[in-house]
This record gives sequence, C-alpha cells and structure tokens, in this order.
Amino acid sequence: MAQQLTAKEPTAEQIADQKIYTQFGVTDYEYELICGFLGRKPNYTEIGVFSVMWSEHCSYKNSKPVLRKFPVTGPRVLMGPGEGAGIVDIGDNQAVVFKIESHNHPSAVEPYQGAATGVGGIIRDIFSMGARPVALLNSLRFGKLENARVKYLFEHVVSGIAGYGNCIGIPTVAGEVMFDESYEGNPLVNAMCVGLIDHDKIQRGVAKGVGNPVFYAGPATGRDGIHGATFASVELSEESEEKRTAVQVGDPFMEKLVMEACLELINSGIVLGIQDMGAAGLTCSSAEMAAKAGNGLELYLDEVPQREEGMTPYEMMLSESQERMLFVVEPKHEAQAKEIFERWGIICAKVGKVTDDGRLRLFHKGEQVGDMPVKALVDECPIYNKPSREPAYYAENAAIDTSAYPEVTDLNDALRKVLASPTVASKEWVYNQYDYMVRTSTAVQPGSDAAVVAIRGTRKGLAMTTDCNGRYVYLDPEMGGRIAVAEAARNIVCSGAEPLAITDNLNFGNPEKPEVFWQIEKSVDGMAEACRVLDTPVIGGNVSLYNENAKGAIYPTPVVGMVGLVHDTDHITTQGFKAAGDIIILIGETKAELGGSELQYAVHGKTEGRPPALDLDLEKRVLDGVFGAIQKGLVASAHDLSEGGIAVALAESCISGGVGATVNITSGLRPDIALFSESQSRILLSVKPEKAADLKQWLANQGVTHTEIGTVGGRNLNVTVNGGNGIQSPVEQLEQVWKDAIPCLMK
Amino acid sequence: MKFAVLVFPGSNCDIDCYKAVEDTIGQPVDFVWHTATDLSAYDCILVPGGFSYGDYLRCGAIAQFTSVMGEVRKAAEAGKYVLGICNGFQVLTEAGLLPGALLRNSNLKFRCHPALLEVVNNETPFTNQYAKGEIVDIPIAHGEGNYYCDEKTLAELEANNQVVFRYKAGTNPNGSVNDIAGICNENGNVVGMMPHPERAVDQLLGSEDGKRMFTSILNAWRGKHGAAVNG
Repeated sequence: MAQQLTAKEPTAEQIADQKIYTQFGVTDYEYELICGFLGRKPNYTEIGVFSVMWSEHCSYKNSKPVLRKFPVTGPRVLMGPGEGAGIVDIGDNQAVVFKIESHNHPSAVEPYQGAATGVGGIIRDIFSMGARPVALLNSLRFGKLENARVKYLFEHVVSGIAGYGNCIGIPTVAGEVMFDESYEGNPLVNAMCVGLIDHDKIQRGVAKGVGNPVFYAGPATGRDGIHGATFASVELSEESEEKRTAVQVGDPFMEKLVMEACLELINSGIVLGIQDMGAAGLTCSSAEMAAKAGNGLELYLDEVPQREEGMTPYEMMLSESQERMLFVVEPKHEAQAKEIFERWGIICAKVGKVTDDGRLRLFHKGEQVGDMPVKALVDECPIYNKPSREPAYYAENAAIDTSAYPEVTDLNDALRKVLASPTVASKEWVYNQYDYMVRTSTAVQPGSDAAVVAIRGTRKGLAMTTDCNGRYVYLDPEMGGRIAVAEAARNIVCSGAEPLAITDNLNFGNPEKPEVFWQIEKSVDGMAEACRVLDTPVIGGNVSLYNENAKGAIYPTPVVGMVGLVHDTDHITTQGFKAAGDIIILIGETKAELGGSELQYAVHGKTEGRPPALDLDLEKRVLDGVFGAIQKGLVASAHDLSEGGIAVALAESCISGGVGATVNITSGLRPDIALFSESQSRILLSVKPEKAADLKQWLANQGVTHTEIGTVGGRNLNVTVNGGNGIQSPVEQLEQVWKDAIPCLMK
Repeated sequence: MKFAVLVFPGSNCDIDCYKAVEDTIGQPVDFVWHTATDLSAYDCILVPGGFSYGDYLRCGAIAQFTSVMGEVRKAAEAGKYVLGICNGFQVLTEAGLLPGALLRNSNLKFRCHPALLEVVNNETPFTNQYAKGEIVDIPIAHGEGNYYCDEKTLAELEANNQVVFRYKAGTNPNGSVNDIAGICNENGNVVGMMPHPERAVDQLLGSEDGKRMFTSILNAWRGKHGAAVNG
C-alpha cells in the first residue's frame, strides 16, 4: 500500500473520471458538493483532505442528528462537546477534564499498537486542554475467550494498554471487560482519560490572531496511519489485514516528553490555541483550529518535520503519526516556545500562519498544492438522516418468558458457573498488568465499583467508571441505554461520590442498515433521558460505527464513562464487607428479570427476551438516598447489583472483604430467579449494627425500599431463599473459581 | 537534610518520590535534571522509577551515561545516601553502583500489586527503623524486576549482608534469585530495590509501611551529623 501511495498521483480529471474518490469513502453526491465548494475538481491532496474530514470519524455525519438529543449543559459544565475533551467544575478553581475514545478497528488488526495508540490519543486530548492527566480507564469487548484468536487479541490489547499507560506514568485505575460471541472479529477497545485543571489554565484548539505563527511539535511525520480515520469508518473485512499500514505506531516515551513540554508551555501562559493531531492528523487539527477561530490557515509543508524522504503533500496531510501537536503563539513568544521544546528534546517547527481568508492553503516546493474553504471542510459535510427500522428480533423477544425456563436447582453450581464466566470473573489478570498506583493518588484500586483518585492538597477525590451491558442494549436499546447511564451512576455513588457528568462512546454496527440505525436512535434516547433525570450531562464522546463481523453487527454498545466527585475522602466506600456482625441491607426490589442476564448466558446458553426494566425516578431516589447515607457515615460497604444479581454481589462483597455472610432472602420468586435476576436500581449495603437503625430510618425517610437480609461473619457464604434452597460455600472456594477463571483460559 | 530527586527523560515516579519526602519527613527536596553537573548540595539522592529513555536498548542502560550519573557515582563514593527505586535500581546496576542485573519478569508480564517483603538487613541507613525479619507491605510495579547475578556475586551478597529486602517466602513475583527485592553496596550507603516505598506512605493509598524508609534516612543522617543538627 505504501508503494501505491508514493506512485504518481492521479490528476483531478482522473479522480473524477475513474471515481477514485470512492476508494476514500466519498460518495458521488459528496464529490459533487466538494466540486461546488472549490469551484473546480479537487486534486489528489484535496480529495484526500476532504475525505478524512468528511469521514464519520471526523464529521459525525451519520450520528449528528441523534447526538443532538443529548443534554450537554449544566451548572457545572465549563466545556461541553466540540473541543478535545469536556470540562466540569469541581470547586476551588479546579475542574475535571475527561473523554473516552475508541480504537476498535486498529485493535482488530494490530491489537498491541491499536490499543496503545488509543491510549496515547486520548491522553493528548486531555493535556491539549491544559490539564494534567491523572487517570486512565478502558472498556473492552471481545469474543468468547475459548477462541484462540480472541485470546491473542485480548492478550495483546491488554499489553498495549499497559505498555503505553505504564510508560507514560498515568495510572490505569478502572475499566470493564466483557466477552460475547457478538464481538468476535471486531473487538471494542475504548480508552478514557481523566485530567485535572485550574479554571484559568483551560485551553482551546483555536487558531487565533491573523498573522500569528502556527507551530508543529513532536516527532517527525512518517507514512504511518494514512487514512486511519477512513479505515475507522468502514466495516472490517478480509482485506483489513492489508490495512495494517493504516494503524499508527505509538511511542509513549515520546508522548511523555511532548506532554511535559506542552504542559510547561501552557503554564507559561503564552499559548493562544493548541490541539493534538489525532484522527486525520495535520488536516483535522489545522482545519478545526482555523474553523473555531473563524480564520484561515496557510501550511508550508516543506517545513513539516519528515521521517521519510520524498513525502508528498497528500501523505503529510493524511499521516496519523503519533504524539504530534499543533499550536499558535504570538510572534514575540516564538523563541520562548521553541526553548521549552528544545529542553525536552522535542522537535518544534514553524509550519504555518493564521490568515483572514477562511481558507486552508497548502504550499509545497514553492507551489500552492491545495486551497480549500475551512468552513466546507469542518462544517459543511452533509448530515444524513438515515432510515431506521425496528428489527424483527425485537418483536420476537417480546414473546419470550424467561421466568418459564426450567428451574436451576443446583444453585451452588450455578453460582460457580456465573463466577467463572469471564465477564463476571475477577479481572486481576488484566489490571495487575496496569500500573494503577503511579502518581500515588489511587485511593480505590481496580476491582471495586468505581476507582477513586484523591486530589492532592484537598480532601476531595474523583470517582470514575465505565459501564455498558451490550446484551441489554441489544435486547432493548432504549432500556439498555438507560441502564448503562444508571449503572455507571450507581457505581459512582457506591464509591461515595456524587455523579457529575458522562462521556460516551457509541459503538455500533453499520448505520446504513436501518436496524442498526434504529439501535443507535433508541439507545441514545434512553441514555439522554437517563442523563437528564440523573443530572449527568454528556460533555463529550466518540462515535464508532461499522463494527461488524461476518455474522453481522456487534451488540450495540454505547459505553458510558462517568466521573463523580468525592466531597471528602472520608466518604470513600468500597464493595468488600468490613467486619463480622455488620448488618446486610438490600436496597430495591427483585423481580423475575433474567433477560440478558449472566445466568441466562452462562447457564442457559441464551441471550433473549427483554432486559430488566429501569424506572429513572426510582433510580434517582435510590442514588440520592444511598449517597446521603454514605455522607452521613452510615454505610460500611456498598456494592451495585449488576451481572449475576444478588448471588454474585454477595460473593464479591465476601471475597473482597475476606469474610463470609449469612443471608436469607424472602421472595415470592423461584430461588434461581431470586438469586440471579438482574433487576435494576438495587444496591447491597452493609452497616455496623449500632448504625443499622439510623440507616433504615434514613432510607425510609428518603422513600428508598430496603430489606435487612443477613449479617456478615464466618468464612462461608450461606444464602437461603425463604429459608430453603440456596448457596452454601466457603468464600475461599468462590474466590478461587472467580480468580482462576481468566488465568486458566489464558494459559 | 537535603534531598535530590533525579529526573531523566521518561522518569515518572519523580513526583511521587518528591511528595513522599515532603509528606513523611518534611525535608527540603529538589528535582534535579539529568543534565546537572553538581550534586554537592545534596545529602541523599533518590533515583526514581519510570521508563528513563523509554527503556530503549535496555532498562536503565542509557541513563547511566548522563552527566548527573557521574555526580551520583562521586556522591556514592563520598558516602552520601543513594536510593534507586524500580527503574532507579535498574539505572544503578547499569551504572555499576550495584552488582547484578534486572531481567524480564519470569512470567514475561508487567506486574503491579501489593507485595509482602521481609526486611533482611535493618542496619542500612534506609532500613534502621524496621525490625530484622519484619514483614512489610510495599507494592511493586515493573516488567523487568527479575534480579539476577552470578553465583559468586550472590554468595558475596549473602555473606556481606547486602540483601536488604526479600519477597516473602513463596510470593516471589518475578523470578529473582534468592527472592531478592532489594540490595545494597558493600558500604550500605547505596540501596536499590524494585518495590516502591514512596507508594506506601499513606493508609489512604493502601499501606504506610514505606514511611519508615524515609524516617530511617533522616535518622541515619542525624546520627552521622550529630543530634544537634536541625535538618
């Protein structure tokens, strides 16, 4: 492919006659529009630039109409979607900056570099806002772990994330991994970064001040990652392996130096605008910076540092070489900026100038080689309202009664099967490869409901989590979308924090299929509604479409990354039971809801029916009630009930606490359903006996349904339903099943 | 007493070491760049963890050629305290200030988790506040922490009481010979260790067993310079 690219470029006429633009994903209609904006036919460089700017990855042309449904404002939101990352006020002149981004297709063909550069890209988004990155998270989906290719992908994606995050020295503190056939061949790799910033340091990616110089900082540009954004916006196929050259190669050491230099530059106060070169590299950063300032930009491509000889303007504009930044300063600050990068050993070159004509002009070897209206590149991509159709499976699922499944009577065996299911099993094998402690602020380590990073010099902390159950979303996108947001909020609250806002990563199949577009619409409806009710606006995100394999689209997986504020580190709460004698209280009600559950998948081998229902007003009441109880110091441990229902939640609280529990559940349901139903808005609390009455009183006053179900103590987990059949097992045995599952499969 | 925390391109536990000195013993501490040519103002030099020079070539291999490492050699010879943590340990072995080498972990994976260590030698300036044989909880985070040296060196290390920390029996996380987690030079003023004491100075973060390494250093220095000296 590289050789083809260096071959003689087709002329504007050839591009038109042979419809070469279609190879870049540009339609006939879009090509005509481009010709209209230019008043002539685009040359090879120009069509390349337009094609990446108008790719789904950069333009959101297929998703914009649905993204408009998200609530994006709130009293604390300092910056919403549109910049590198969103920003939320956390008081005391500080703010939290965060964003999630996908690197699914690169990771499918080149798992180590695909995942590593996903991490590198999201870190740049955070520090280009002026923030110091303080934590990384990820959300991963793979096929069944028994499959050899899946093992390979899982192994190398995890080591790619570890390799980048560990080296750059930002702790990877939380995440989630789920396994299901649906993701075979098209894994999902979403990386999230969280940063801290003082209000007065917030930067924007704007090319301000006509006549100001534009600087390039970072390693030289090579021929890697050309058309990465386009690659991300088509389905993977047998030929995708050949597109390995579209996968970028990461250098976390370089990014560490670029990050330190950029933060020093920003702290010096001389930066007018700064943006990273992520998807579509120099093209996207220069066009967006110019567009946001309402200006134009000239780029002198001979000045662009180049790693290889004979690079063409097309290659330089489309390269996605990593760890590069673009920034604007006033002429009088040129020397100061250069000196900072020099000290960090980073190349810094003046490559352009801000102009007032609203055009992106490219010069190379003394000639103008591109001239395009900035506005056309950034804002004029056609937006498509795709047709939407309810898929047949949705109606068929309505008829399925999961409570009529044959009763599972060996509940010990069922619990072991669910605990050993890689989706539920301990992820220690994963997170022990991540340095989750560097920067010495990780107050809650991976493995609890949400991680907590303490904010030095204050008593505050940031809680963070990623969540989405793709099975629920598949079975009912609207309900599944709601649940993704609500579960994230529940995790945040269980860790002792107030939910602030979310970033979303919409991973879906091909939007040109009406059934897929229906999934997108419905799940965004559900998420948007949940965000409104739970007061967690969307401050930014990413869309990854065309996630398909030979069997069709992946489960719709709109991943939610949520950050919450711990007002006082004394409120930090974890899931493990704390002391023998503590009383166990279940918040919420359990209904017969096995659709999309882990029991249904791991024991019955099915994913069907309707997922659990979720009432947002009830959820809000539960969250507020539990958060209040934690703030009042009434809660010893808190754990959200999710995959595997109360059986798994009890087992996890016992394992994490290294202590047993004796529980009786009074229920009108069959024991297997009572224990493994995944009804929503439920939380498992434990409380010191002397505080139990106060806690119950508080919950009653808040209108939160709760039931005392048992006590902490001993070395066994003993659970009965209505005093009868249930679970009896030493905690140690459960721990072994839970912890050994993934290492055994990976041996 | 004055501390230097070295900063190489790619150091990333520099800030953690700096904070640990401030938080545990409140002594003055400076970041000192790899380009520095004079360390005479410092009583203790901390070589922090991270990925100096990206770990390219070999962990710690490039850092040894920096000007500051020449000064570290001088400081070590003068009897000043030098502590290399994780990548800092790797740098000290590459620089020849400590014997042996750190190989890839035996399971070929990066490992990050709490680790239980046995204090083998509590007579160094870095461990005088621990009891001999005491088990302490200090986390590890490394991909290349598998300590190796030839048999002769190993016999000498053991005979000279130069093994400072061992992983608790049965918990060796990386394949190190004789479960070695940290060693010192013959004089005892240079220590290198893979576990991170600077990450174990606050119960909020899981352990404060690393605190006493810092109080040990101050204690040793005060002992050497007379109790009257107010550092």
